[in-house]
Amino acid sequence: MTDEPELELEATELVRPYVITNGRELPGDNTFTMITLVAVSDEAPRARVLDPEKLRVMELCAGGFLAVAEIAAHTGLPMGVVKILLSDLVEDGYLLARAPVPRAQLVERELLEEVLHGLRARFG
Amino acid sequence: MGSGLASDRDSAARDSASRPERNAANGDVYLRSSVRTVAKILIVGHFAVGKTTFIGTMSEIPPLRTEEVMTQASANIDDLKGAPNKTTTTVAMDFGRLTLSDELVLYMFGTPGQQRFVRLWEDLSRGALGALVLVDPQRLRESFPVMDLVERHGLPYAIAVNRFDGAPPHSLDEVREALDLLPETPVVSCDARDEQSSAGSLIALVEYLMSRLN
Repeated sequence: MTDEPELELEATELVRPYVITNGRELPGDNTFTMITLVAVSDEAPRARVLDPEKLRVMELCAGGFLAVAEIAAHTGLPMGVVKILLSDLVEDGYLLARAPVPRAQLVERELLEEVLHGLRARFG
Repeated sequence: MGSGLASDRDSAARDSASRPERNAANGDVYLRSSVRTVAKILIVGHFAVGKTTFIGTMSEIPPLRTEEVMTQASANIDDLKGAPNKTTTTVAMDFGRLTLSDELVLYMFGTPGQQRFVRLWEDLSRGALGALVLVDPQRLRESFPVMDLVERHGLPYAIAVNRFDGAPPHSLDEVREALDLLPETPVVSCDARDEQSSAGSLIALVEYLMSRLN
């Protein structure tokens, strides 16, 4: 655990991510943050003609709720690529996304209280 | 990065794919379906300060690693054509998760302290409650650029002095002075290998975040 990942300089090929996303990039104002929760929609289309990467995401998400960052980690795909795949899958009705709470001060106070309470309850 | 990481990732993917149970409790891959609120705290610090250890200690799931492919202008500014030389860098981040109630889950993102990953920082800091800055008492100077980044992104933070075996005892006041902190910024000591100690520094951070709203 002492071995930190930090930056890994390597000759990364950009080809693959762009192929996976069919050359698409995310629309400027994308709804997916790293902690947006994603789950399979109850009304997901039955017939699935999906790219292999999208199928992988769907299989993973079939197990339950995960955050976007977790989907990236479990599939081994870069975060940017995962966000694009998820954007497509939500748009096509396969997945549902639940955005994290908006950052308003009142909400933030309640959220902090909840976090503090949770930490104290768990670690005394 | 060697093939070791790739195989870790593959096995993680296999593990998760072979775990069908829903509403998993602590220690399992999936979140409870009752979760309504997601919070994020950044664990920041210079290289090898103990971010990964901290996250491993605190996370209820084995820490996960994700990558972002970044394009950045190369350092070579002598480019005569004016076309910027772009290089791509893969930045890896470790993160962990803590389910704090049926409805609330907290993610802790280990965040690299390098100045050049501005876009990554923008993404990570957006919506973050705050940052816990881990510092090594023997390498305080390496924390300066990290703190610059945290402050530039407007993130409130607390300092956790990660105790290392054999490190000379540094009083927390000395650390405060060396880092030129505001009087209200919390400075706590922490052993990133120890759950109670690490949890204590998170609690100190959140208490501070609350005090700022008063």
